[in-house]
Amino acid sequence: MDAAHGRHLLLQMVRVRQLEEKCVELYSAAKIRGFLHVYIGEEAVAAGVLASLGPEDAVVATYREHGHALLRGVSAGAILAEMYGYVEGCCRGRGGSMHLFDAATRFFGGNAIVAGGLPLAVGLALADKMAGRSNVTVCFFGEGAVAEGAFHESMNLAALWQLPVLFCCENNLYAMGTALARSESQTDIALKAAGYEIAAWAVDGMDVLAVEEGARRAVDAVRSGGGPHFLELRTYRFRAHSMFDPERYRTKDEVARWMERDPITLLRTALESAGHLSPAEWEQLQADAQAEIAAAVEFAEAGTPEPVEELTRFVYSERGAGDGADEATGADAAGQPAGKAAGAP
Amino acid sequence: MKSSYREALRAGIRDALIRDERVFLMGEDVGAYGGSFAVSLGLLEEFGPGRIRDTPLSESGFVGAGIGAALGGMRPIVEIMTVNFSLLALDQIVNNAATLLHMSGGQFHVPLVIRMTTGAGRQLGAQHSHSLEGWYAHIPGLRILAPATLEDARGMLWTALQDPDPVLIFEHGSLYNVPGELANDAGPVDIVTAAIRRPGDDISLITYGGTLPVVLDAADQLAAEGIDAEVLDLRTLRPLDDAAILASVARTHRAVVVDEGWRSGSLSAEVSARITEQAFFDLDAPVGRVCSAEVPIPYAKHLELAALPSAARVVAAAKTAVAAGG
Ligand SMILES: Cc1ncc(C[n+]2csc(CCOP(=O)(O)OP(=O)(O)O)c2C)c(N)n1
Ligand SMILES: [Mg+2]
Repeated sequence: MDAAHGRHLLLQMVRVRQLEEKCVELYSAAKIRGFLHVYIGEEAVAAGVLASLGPEDAVVATYREHGHALLRGVSAGAILAEMYGYVEGCCRGRGGSMHLFDAATRFFGGNAIVAGGLPLAVGLALADKMAGRSNVTVCFFGEGAVAEGAFHESMNLAALWQLPVLFCCENNLYAMGTALARSESQTDIALKAAGYEIAAWAVDGMDVLAVEEGARRAVDAVRSGGGPHFLELRTYRFRAHSMFDPERYRTKDEVARWMERDPITLLRTALESAGHLSPAEWEQLQADAQAEIAAAVEFAEAGTPEPVEELTRFVYSERGAGDGADEATGADAAGQPAGKAAGAP
Repeated sequence: MKSSYREALRAGIRDALIRDERVFLMGEDVGAYGGSFAVSLGLLEEFGPGRIRDTPLSESGFVGAGIGAALGGMRPIVEIMTVNFSLLALDQIVNNAATLLHMSGGQFHVPLVIRMTTGAGRQLGAQHSHSLEGWYAHIPGLRILAPATLEDARGMLWTALQDPDPVLIFEHGSLYNVPGELANDAGPVDIVTAAIRRPGDDISLITYGGTLPVVLDAADQLAAEGIDAEVLDLRTLRPLDDAAILASVARTHRAVVVDEGWRSGSLSAEVSARITEQAFFDLDAPVGRVCSAEVPIPYAKHLELAALPSAARVVAAAKTAVAAGG
């Protein structure tokens, strides 16, 4: 293992962990509202997969996406300001925790509809293929999504059209309170993708090196025209589903057993025993992440609410006619927005 | 007895499960999790997994299965977490549940009840905050209910289960924690008529569901300014109780419709049109409307509040109507 790269991956996971812990704290302090889903325990998945991408690739995620956004390059400040509901947020405060978007890093969201991102990813990959670009679209979703029709329709389309998309199923064994075995007749998720003729395999999602290795192999194959690939990343969420979940459906023992395989501890121990991480380096790494998150909180705290007069902006594109000028009053708008077909900025 | 809206709903479900063995509850996380809004908390323990059925994330699949089970003689209560996710089941609801009776020439009816949460106000962003019950009220073949009081939360379900045809019940998310008094013998209520929640002479404020408390608040404010508003709770959004709407307007000669749905092509438009069609000459002022701003509901609290009907906006609309005309 390359020492510097190992420490880099460790730092990525620690950044996500600290951001999420701060989110929980800020939620308890009522700075953040709405639904909040944290990624604590699952950091190796985003860290490993996103390490395998280039800047032109596209990422689609779920409502549990703070970590994906951060590691894709969205600043922690813009993420937190979004959750504060401020105009400095990555979506001007209109999206919130579940709807983080960022065009600059080709981060196509947060999506609060389970399986809602899969068809989008298929379309992004279709566009790349039609335009002859060698980009890869990576789509994250939970194992709960595989029960939705949209999952199966997306698998089939991607395989049928041999699209450059990597599906990353974050199998944390629960969809809210519903355990995988209580919701799927076939619990081997990679098999489902294989049923659509998609190359698919399972990876230990607590081992960031294994995740990165699997993702690199899959991304390389997709990029070189090998068609869609599918990774089932076996992981676990250490915290409740959201801030409203009393966790009646699983035992504390089960959670404790999984926490013994904390992805951060696993990599840290491996680095230490290989002599790649000194106590001072570990301290420094944590301090760096802490400083970043502290600065982000400061940035968010200094944020400003968008003027209410702007409420009805962005319902239609602003560069065309029919941009809903008379919609603010609720009066019927005439005509179709002309700017609509121009595509994303 | 003391009850919350949530507890009243639960009492209604419990009662139905006890009274009719064909009744069962099915949906995502209704069992082990205790219900995403804790409505079904404790029912799994009492009635077992056969009748409190957790489903996978398959809205189209389990709503369709509910339709099939209803055809097969059961009396399913299907819970969809929120109206936003019901869009994944729209095909089953609109193309199957609502049409089978008619398409089969009256041979097959679908005695199915679907419950779901609707509405905004909790900073959940655009994919969890919309009020789409007005869309469903567009569909012939469905009956659409919006319980706004504890009595209706407790009593609409059983009556809906007696309906031979599909009934959709919309529970506004801001109501679950509302506390109140419920009579010990509270039971089934009618699912046909609108109800006057506050009698008044000067103007009819017509609403339903989550905006009923907002409108009652507005009526109190208006009273302080000498305007005596009548508050009419539609209760049943399809079919609409035209008689109650027209009778109220005939008395007050003015109306404002308050609906958390968007204004364009909406339920509020339908109510307004019926008033102008059938009571035009009773009116002393144009029918007013207070609806959500025409925007996907934003996350930021101040923007969300600005998008939704508020007591202040209702008061303003009522004053405009009172000031207008004779
Ligand atoms: C279509 C739809 N149905 C229901 C929900 C409510 N819901 C939100 S998250 C969730 C569980 C999803 O589990 P999974 O896909 O495994 O992702 P995880 O939360 O475990 O990351 C459910 C049922 C939703 N958001 N969208
Ligand atoms: Mg899951």
